[in-house]
Amino acid sequence: MAKVGDKSGCSRNKGLKRKAATEEPQEAAVAEDGTTESGVQLSKAAAFPPGFSVSEIKNKQRRHLMFTRWKQQQRKEKLAAKKKLKKEREALGDKAPPKPIPKTIDNQRVYDETTVDPNDEEVAYDEATDEFASYFNRQTSPKILITTSDRPHGRTVRLCEQLSTVIPNSHVYYRRGLALKKIIPQCISRDFTDLIVINEDRKIPNGLILSHLPNGPTAHFKMSSVRLRKEIKRRGKDPTEHMPEIILNNFTTRLGHSVGRMFASLFPHNPQFIGRQVATFHNQRDYIFFRFHRYIFKSEKKVGIQELGPRFTLKLRSLQKGTFDSKYGEYEWVHKPREMDTSRRKFHL
Amino acid sequence: MAAAAARWNHVWVGTDTGILKGVNLQRKHAANFTPSGQPRREEAVSALCWGAGGETQILVGCADGTVKHFSTEEGRFQGQRHCPGGEGIFRGLAQVDGTLITCVDSGILRVWHDNDKEASSDPLLELRVGPGVCRMRQDPARPHMVATGGKENALKVWDLQGSEEPVFRSKNVRNDWLDLRVPIWDQDIQFLPESQKLVTCTGYHQVRVYDPASPQRRPVLEATYGEYPLTAMTLTPGGNSVIVGNTHGQLAEIDLRQGRLLVCLKGLAGSVRGLQCHPSKPLLASCGLDRVLRVHRIRNPRGLDHKVYLKSQLNCLLLSGRDNWEDEPQEPQEPNKVPSEDTETDELWASLEAAAKRKLPDLEQSQGALQTRQRKKKRPGSTSS
Repeated sequence: MAKVGDKSGCSRNKGLKRKAATEEPQEAAVAEDGTTESGVQLSKAAAFPPGFSVSEIKNKQRRHLMFTRWKQQQRKEKLAAKKKLKKEREALGDKAPPKPIPKTIDNQRVYDETTVDPNDEEVAYDEATDEFASYFNRQTSPKILITTSDRPHGRTVRLCEQLSTVIPNSHVYYRRGLALKKIIPQCISRDFTDLIVINEDRKIPNGLILSHLPNGPTAHFKMSSVRLRKEIKRRGKDPTEHMPEIILNNFTTRLGHSVGRMFASLFPHNPQFIGRQVATFHNQRDYIFFRFHRYIFKSEKKVGIQELGPRFTLKLRSLQKGTFDSKYGEYEWVHKPREMDTSRRKFHL
Repeated sequence: MAAAAARWNHVWVGTDTGILKGVNLQRKHAANFTPSGQPRREEAVSALCWGAGGETQILVGCADGTVKHFSTEEGRFQGQRHCPGGEGIFRGLAQVDGTLITCVDSGILRVWHDNDKEASSDPLLELRVGPGVCRMRQDPARPHMVATGGKENALKVWDLQGSEEPVFRSKNVRNDWLDLRVPIWDQDIQFLPESQKLVTCTGYHQVRVYDPASPQRRPVLEATYGEYPLTAMTLTPGGNSVIVGNTHGQLAEIDLRQGRLLVCLKGLAGSVRGLQCHPSKPLLASCGLDRVLRVHRIRNPRGLDHKVYLKSQLNCLLLSGRDNWEDEPQEPQEPNKVPSEDTETDELWASLEAAAKRKLPDLEQSQGALQTRQRKKKRPGSTSS
């Protein structure tokens, strides 16, 4: 054990590493005893009992040393294995087996039984006759009212202004402490089709309530990562008055379909392709990313895009049937964290 | 095939799109039944009740004012009767002694003669219950007694064979601590067995017990649960507690002896529209706006038993009260079907060697039966023809 003391005394990493390198064949021999983590043997003299683990050493410095040594060894083995695999692949050339696909949380997503099948007649009928039917049948065109919670600060006001340039036919009104339940009948009488309320907390916008007006559902979102136009790097010039196209990505479940249709009904049906502007709502893992770009096709397959406009991320908190009535309204879907967020691979949108 | 299987369905659910769904939990199979073959939103089902003669007939109240008869034996709609009068959807449906009792939203309660003719005749009896009715419920022990209640419409118990005045008219509770009138919104009513008592759940998250036998017209017991309107309620087997559901999808069992919360059940994500407990087994079926039918087990062990995704928003449900849940007697119609299947298997065998066809006539029949059973299992939520 005196030898061990000496080695820990000279606490220079390089010296220790060299010694570790020479001791590797001995470690390899010991590792074959069947113990997984133990194996770090300092010298032939100090034989560790099998079943010994680095974590049982009481001396913190020594333990740290042993652990770093073990870690370096693992890294080396891993690198060696990778190189060997690469060589084998090159040797096989075309006959090499295909590379295994890495597992991601999106890959491993639990199959949701509410995923909409495009051929399903019942769901198709449900969607053809729901509250958005008049928009999708081209009977009404959208007219949006954007407002905030009471007494908004600068960021929220600027976000509202920028949103109104992004969404055509939208009007921003200052919320003078009016109750939403009183605003809604007035909006309906003035032919508004949607109401957007941006909620603000501590001077930053953090929530979005989107209510489809005649009697449509109300969605309540948490908003995060809001970036105004001047905070976006390498952005293009301000958006023009052309009507943008819309992209809705990855809204696969029935709930996702409802939310996607809500977003689609904000924009008019006839996008002006001359403007080359596109608004994207991309759903990934229950977070909806909103981006606004201008694109230009450089060739058949190459596109260049410039990000204009504000960007933010939304997460659905609840979908309520009927216009805004959080206390007495009936909810179609409520997010319950302790019940719904138990699995990392289960998503609802 | 669907017709024969329809009688064994455990739960019948009515949807917003007018489809009546029959769910067989044993085989994990849901079938759609529509009167006209196509779903129609005008026929949205708002009330369901068992018809005459055990559980062989279902009365389906639709949003256009018609009550349709559905036979579970045959698995199809048999007839309908138009029940006009009053505005609004059906809030309660019941049948007694060959008559049909309907109550609509605007408060018109009518008793119709349930004849086979489709032509609508005048109602036998009409009562005005008051506007804003949310529920009308029939007492299962005394079928001629019904109770009604609604938004700003106090609980009233009517005797259809008696006078035009209610037998019991409840009184609102005293003004609250700010001396303000407490609003009334009775969303669901249940009659407690073996007594005259009634339980109601309100939109102001209260559960109240009334006793017409006592001189007190105010509620005898009041309990509150949660912060959201309670929309549906059912009695548990045993009769000491009720299970209520609210607009957030929270289910809770409340003990009526002490007015205490016993357990909460989790799983629902949307507003609860229909709840029913089995009369003897500890099973609870719940349906709601999140388009899923769930069957929970309410005691030992508590938890979710079955979950069925039905693609439309569910409005109301009927749970079959029969005891032989697991027993699926051999369907007598199988021999009729086997010959039709046999032609396919015959062709299959013919395409193989002739020797094989000669060998196994018995195996063909059993194979055909097996195939039908397997096919049934594999189809999860198919629409019936």
